[in-house]
Amino acid sequence: MNCIIIDDEATARAIIGQLCTNVPSLNVLEDFPNALQAIKYLNQNEIDLIFLDIHMPDFTGFDFIDTIKNPPKIILTTSDPNFAIQAFGYDCIVDYLVKPITPERFKKAIAKAEAIKPSVAKSKSSSQVETTSGNDLYVNIDRRLIKIDIPSIYLIEAKGDYIHVKTEDKNYTVHSTLKKIEEKLPDSLFLKIHRSYIINVDKIIDIEDNSVLIKKDVIPVSRSNRPELMKRLNLL
Amino acid sequence: MEQPNLSYINSMSGGDKAFEKKLIDIIKGEFPKEKDVYFKNVAAENYKLTADNVHKLKHKISILGLEKSYDVAVNYENNLINGNTNGRIEFESILQIITDFLETL
Repeated sequence: MNCIIIDDEATARAIIGQLCTNVPSLNVLEDFPNALQAIKYLNQNEIDLIFLDIHMPDFTGFDFIDTIKNPPKIILTTSDPNFAIQAFGYDCIVDYLVKPITPERFKKAIAKAEAIKPSVAKSKSSSQVETTSGNDLYVNIDRRLIKIDIPSIYLIEAKGDYIHVKTEDKNYTVHSTLKKIEEKLPDSLFLKIHRSYIINVDKIIDIEDNSVLIKKDVIPVSRSNRPELMKRLNLL
Repeated sequence: MEQPNLSYINSMSGGDKAFEKKLIDIIKGEFPKEKDVYFKNVAAENYKLTADNVHKLKHKISILGLEKSYDVAVNYENNLINGNTNGRIEFESILQIITDFLETL
């Protein structure tokens, strides 16, 4: 099985890589310190199995799975046993390994993965912001136009060649720019507060000197964007 | 106080001494950086980020065989998520023990 490892911790990547060398059927093609780099790689390579960390900054393992169409088999690797129930809501997740991973437990997980036949042919994925219609925004993810309810968006973050769109229900990673999506969003609701962030002003919880709390995210406000933000608030 | 050991690393390396050295070198490189970020965030009272740092450091605590210390870290991480720093002194003494141990390797 061709596999990749995604974990923000170098120590974890080294350990999983070593455990893989003891299993002849595994061929580790690449490892990645974050999920966004792995998405680019998956667009161009056929992978049978991913070792995926859940707890990563900015873009979690679950965000990653939600983003890719027809994900390959996934073995979650985490220090946190509390996500097990959530994990098994995903058909692609074949096992859940709690760190530190022992060789015995690792081999069991591989046996499980090998026992499961690949489900559907994997397609190469691409994504981009497409169009708006009334209160909806359509984004092209893996050749599907996915509808997002605009008012439910609370944060958009630029990440290299991608934008990360966070909504009340789900997060989306789209191959696009902040400038492009900004043009599609109503000015009445959205405001760019930093070169990497657009927020839904209605979703602000509180504001400190140079940051905004929106849901659970603390977002920096750049000095140049702060006056416009203050203008938009109904200040007492 | 519980002391670190290399039992886990030895057990998963399958006797591969080159890998054991490589892994120790990675830990010696990564641990001080994670520790620095932790101290910066805890000093800034940014407890959400501090909890993330503790979460990551937990793995190294477990790799070094510190089972009781791992439980201390789990409790401290939960406290930070809830906005308090109970367990900070114990946790930071664990970091010092690991720092001292890594210097001996």
